[in-house]
Amino acid sequence: MSDLINSSLRELSAALAAKKVSAVELATLFLDRIDKFNRALNAFITTDRAKTLAQARNADEKLRVGADVTALTGIPLAHKDIFCTRGWRTTCGSKMLANFVSPYDANVVEKLAAAGMVTLGKLNMDEFAMGSSNETSYFGPVKNPWDVSCVPGGSSGGSAAAIAARLTPAATGTDTGGSIRQPAALCGLTGLKPTYGVVSRYGMIAFASSLDQGGPMAKSAEDCALLLNAMAGFDPRDSTSLERPGEDYSRDLEKPLAGLRIGLPQEFFGEGMDADVRAAVDVALTEYRKLGATTVEVRLPNSGLSVPAYYVIAPAEASSNLSRFDGVRYGHRAPEYADLAEMYSRSRAQGFGAEVKRRILIGTYVLSHGYYDAYYLQAQKIRRLIAADFVAAFKQCDVMMGPTSPSVAFAFGAKSADPVQMYLSDIYTISTNLAGLPGMSLPCGFGNNNMPVGLQIIGNWFGEAKMLNVAHQYQKATDWHTRMPGGVK
Amino acid sequence: MSLTLEDVARIALLSRIELSAAERETTRDQLNGILGFIEQLQAVDTTGIEPMAHAVDVVQRLRPDRITETDRRADFQALAPETEAGLYLVPRVVE
Repeated sequence: MSDLINSSLRELSAALAAKKVSAVELATLFLDRIDKFNRALNAFITTDRAKTLAQARNADEKLRVGADVTALTGIPLAHKDIFCTRGWRTTCGSKMLANFVSPYDANVVEKLAAAGMVTLGKLNMDEFAMGSSNETSYFGPVKNPWDVSCVPGGSSGGSAAAIAARLTPAATGTDTGGSIRQPAALCGLTGLKPTYGVVSRYGMIAFASSLDQGGPMAKSAEDCALLLNAMAGFDPRDSTSLERPGEDYSRDLEKPLAGLRIGLPQEFFGEGMDADVRAAVDVALTEYRKLGATTVEVRLPNSGLSVPAYYVIAPAEASSNLSRFDGVRYGHRAPEYADLAEMYSRSRAQGFGAEVKRRILIGTYVLSHGYYDAYYLQAQKIRRLIAADFVAAFKQCDVMMGPTSPSVAFAFGAKSADPVQMYLSDIYTISTNLAGLPGMSLPCGFGNNNMPVGLQIIGNWFGEAKMLNVAHQYQKATDWHTRMPGGVK
Repeated sequence: MSLTLEDVARIALLSRIELSAAERETTRDQLNGILGFIEQLQAVDTTGIEPMAHAVDVVQRLRPDRITETDRRADFQALAPETEAGLYLVPRVVE
């Protein structure tokens, strides 16, 4: 039974189909592990054993009858607390929504439930997904299961820590500037940010709407492919959801890599990357060459501007999105105020944490009269230059590779005093969000202090199946993705 | 250029976020740090470049003007800090 914590989703599905385990037993296995380890890790904000087991009994019934059964029926997962879940608290890691119980399900939640997956609970995250270390959560930081004195990355840090500690086999995440890939890298997991518009944003609490994209996090590329199959698809309730024919993202997993052209953006291999990360990435590239791929140097000359452009565009969109939190219809309202204006400004001052306030203030400033052209419009023009670099570079290669993060997981407090230092943790991930491209991170070894290193794969637009193929073939040849932290056995 | 305390107060007012006098000082320093960092964008020549507002070029979809929502006022208002007779309550605005 306990070996099931390391099983792939396909193995879990087979065990359920063969009646070797029931959905209730599987859910109980993980709920018991959450009870045992979550106090130390703080990965979950909310669990509800009765609700989870009710969903599991429902899945068992489907499996018994044999109707409505998918590859994921009866498999547990947990949702980042940015996804609205009807009847469960959805906090977005904020005091503002500490008591918010959503009256509806996000599209992703609906789809995974329809596939028969069982929800274990809601996962901790940086407040409103603004952070790269999970230190901005109102519910306290998540600890990295590989070393509890280190951050798990962010903003989907709870998702990453929970999977790494085997408290759930899979989780949802969201990625606005690296929030799936960077925590996946820092916790030794596989995570995928799809092409913008592939996964519906309906019911996913908005941070920066032109960049936000939900995606799967799990132990392997194969698991991510199965999850993405269930998560992706057109949704008329998201105005930027793309109307495209459905895809089987696992279709190319077994394709050999002979002839694959891997682009190595020179800008991702310069100074700024720690030596231990570089060493692990280099070894991974050697492995890819062994698998039949060739590497080619490519240039993304404007990628150095991606972090500053992002810190204009994302806060601008956030300042607009977060204006809905006014203490009127839902969310925190200050206990004392003299008039309406004070009710707004005090409720927001109390409900939002320091990083969220900083980004709202920056966003308000760059959109304000007299500064709009100089900051916001200029950043949008640079965004086009960054996207055009990718179009040109993809003429020479099928995927690009580089580090996901410049360093392995850092200690708590190491970057929290200086916002700009923290922003630079996402230096290799942000440009794909600006361009709308898909990206992945997969474990490729260990660096300083034996902490995991992530290899980033950047795909062409709608190149998810290709990226998953490229990641899966590597995972068949290596075993980094099977490693588990020692403290949670 | 860097922000003054008055600039910070104005931005906080536009943002509807109350800041104490002490918070205004820290905020000014932090915002100036961030603005110093994004200042490098100004050096880039973007003449003739079309701003990119979105990752994918799609046009706004239209849908038939039909009622698709059901009445769930009670569910939604159950989340509100203060309601009365189906209305959201806020401090008096018009005397």
